Amino acid sequence: MTEKSYPKVYLYRRIVRAKLYIDVNYAENIDLDNIADEAFFSKFHFIRLFKKTYAKTPHQYLTFVRVERSKLLLQENMPVAEVCHAVGFDSVSSFTGLFKRIAGITPSAYQQEQQRIKREIKAAPLKFIPNCFAESNGWTKNSNFKEVGI
Amino acid sequence: MPKATAGQKIAILKKLEFNRLLIFAASTIKTSNMITRLNHVSIFVLDQDSAYEFYVNKLGFKVHTDAPMGPGARWLTVCAPEQPDLEIALMAINEGMMFSKESAQQMRDLVSKGTFGFGVFECNDLLATYEELKGKGVEFTKAPKQEFYGFEALFKDDSGNWFSLGQKAK
Repeated sequence: MTEKSYPKVYLYRRIVRAKLYIDVNYAENIDLDNIADEAFFSKFHFIRLFKKTYAKTPHQYLTFVRVERSKLLLQENMPVAEVCHAVGFDSVSSFTGLFKRIAGITPSAYQQEQQRIKREIKAAPLKFIPNCFAESNGWTKNSNFKEVGI
Repeated sequence: MPKATAGQKIAILKKLEFNRLLIFAASTIKTSNMITRLNHVSIFVLDQDSAYEFYVNKLGFKVHTDAPMGPGARWLTVCAPEQPDLEIALMAINEGMMFSKESAQQMRDLVSKGTFGFGVFECNDLLATYEELKGKGVEFTKAPKQEFYGFEALFKDDSGNWFSLGQKAK
């Protein structure tokens, strides 16, 4: 089956375009009508097709993308309130609630955890590498990376 | 056939009870002494920076660990978005403990020739994922096709390693 022969390729392209629109514009104040317009669909037809394709409604996907992007900013140690607005949420409390629902912990707990991991990687990178790989690369022989307790 | 005596019957019952006890005991033994999961897999790549761009920015994988290990050495692992417990180590092919100079060159040649197929990835919808990845410049060597074993496409990473891409049964 070539790409021309599979059915409704234009539908897929429009759904993909809508998904990419969310990927790029997640921080803007976009709503479903924007996204449906982008894909040239009626709102309900669009939601149904999007969910069939990505197993999430466009709104669920938008929230998911915002939370995923916020994780990256939190890893960079940006303050929670700034992260909230940078990824397109209006209120810190709704951001915190949605983040906790999706990631399982609050944004500030996530940030602390990530900072701790970052510090540990910097201080003791071998802790994060299965020893067989480290050994075969000769990294365990490099005294710079050796540490007490490994 | 002679009838079993009461003593024999008791002995049989005791033996049966003992066997049941053995089966019960066996079922309570934890499987901790058995291999249970795969948690790391290695993919040899020609260039880790370029592999990062491909796996993270094109395929949408998450960086699990990115640790500099001294000059020219870096431990870089990524995970598929819905599989955070399987780390894919993007391993540079460098001369060192793992490769002799000659082996490293041979390995680089083999990888870039597309010798290695490292596995099958899964997505929710193959046609949509195919359209998106193709749009991002991923090279597909086979467009989605219904085969007798499933709906499949093949693509290559930036080094030449190839993968099958299938979709979750709907």
